[in-house]
Amino acid sequence: MIFYFLAVTLILSAILVVTLKNIFHCALFLIVAILAIAGLYFHLQAPFLGVVQLIIYIGAIMVLILFAIMLTSRISDRLLQTASRQSIPALLAVIVFILLALKSLDKTPLPAHIGKNFDPILDLGRALMTAYVLPFEVVSLLLLVALVGAIALARKD
Amino acid sequence: MIIGLIILLLKIAAVLVFISLTVLFLVYAERKVSAHFQVRYGPMRVGWHGGLQMIADTIKLLLKEDITPKDVDKLVFFIAPILCFVSAYLAYLTLPFSPQIVVKNLNIGLLYILGVTSLTVLSLMMAGWASNNKYALLGGFRSVAQIISYEIPLVLSVLPVVMMAGSLNLITIVEAQKSLPFILVQPLGFLLYLTAAAAEANRAPFDIPEAEQELVAGYNVEYSGIKFSMFFLAEYVNMFTICALAAILFLGGWQGPILPPVIWFLIKVYLLVFVLMWVRWTFPRLRIDQLMSFCWKILLPLALANFLISGLWLVLK
Repeated sequence: MIFYFLAVTLILSAILVVTLKNIFHCALFLIVAILAIAGLYFHLQAPFLGVVQLIIYIGAIMVLILFAIMLTSRISDRLLQTASRQSIPALLAVIVFILLALKSLDKTPLPAHIGKNFDPILDLGRALMTAYVLPFEVVSLLLLVALVGAIALARKD
Repeated sequence: MIIGLIILLLKIAAVLVFISLTVLFLVYAERKVSAHFQVRYGPMRVGWHGGLQMIADTIKLLLKEDITPKDVDKLVFFIAPILCFVSAYLAYLTLPFSPQIVVKNLNIGLLYILGVTSLTVLSLMMAGWASNNKYALLGGFRSVAQIISYEIPLVLSVLPVVMMAGSLNLITIVEAQKSLPFILVQPLGFLLYLTAAAAEANRAPFDIPEAEQELVAGYNVEYSGIKFSMFFLAEYVNMFTICALAAILFLGGWQGPILPPVIWFLIKVYLLVFVLMWVRWTFPRLRIDQLMSFCWKILLPLALANFLISGLWLVLK
């Protein structure tokens, strides 16, 4: 029941994101979609993931997007082009996505079993600092590079 | 199942009632405190020492005409104050007032509170943009820039407490302070938290988003009646939240001798509330550039150093 409510909300708002003409409204519906995903995580007993979704996607990424929209002058005067002629690349992307999703679904044993003493924060932290320390550091470095790059591009002098 | 649902609804309603009463009291306290700091009396006419003034004001606020200006974005304009209040309200679902009095004890309580309060930013942005007014938009910008900047030292100042307690569960954090409250081991962390939190809640001297003299009233300038009162309510609710969180994280929450736990908790929270009011009515407002450089050049390095030293100390202990 709750799942279907969230799923329908998610799909409807995702459709509205790409069909509405006012870019600020599109961004707001993207927020609704992200909230619905966070709700799904909570519903599926993964509160940590849900909260992280809130903090990162809404607290950081969406705020950045809204900021960019609001700082662009006269952006709301212009109506967005919502249709695109690039249907073949889009079709390719969709096919690749579906194949990947099916493949990963196929590889995951469902329902997944987690140990009794599973603590998302403790185990995640430990995994990030031991088994996955190299990817973790690479991602951090990438973020740092992006940050420095953005500052270098935005500097006037 | 149904009984569980009813109990949950009752708890949610109880939190709403508690929040409303708290805000009434906080507004009264603020008016009295500010008055006495300025050697005035404050409200005196309605009830004993103006005790009923807030009830009269609330009725007035709710009965006022709710104006929606012509060129606003109607739906967004309508949703923004509701979202603002909801995000302030959601934090209370996991705040422990005593070991028993908590709506839902989440394992990741602290993270949850930080997450839901970040929704406030959105509501301020929506209000500022939907109002179709340059002062509202500027106020919205400023508050968002301020809140996302101060969120970094805020989280960094809280992390040492989490490391020492070894948990994000608020009840576990309070119980970890049985022998000594964390303020004694983390005095710098406490100060950093309180400063950053005051900025997060738009309290003076960090109330730049609604600097009356330059922005009329900031993001809420086009709002009136009940929608305005929702922003107002959320602001005071947030003030109580940050003080409650400070009491839980640094002052040992409900722990204390003789008196029942809830009383201890409220005493600590209201002590901090008084400190915030004291600061508000004593210091002048910072300029926007001072505000930003204070955050990035002073608070952030201090918070990082505090975090590093606490981590080293915990590892070497």
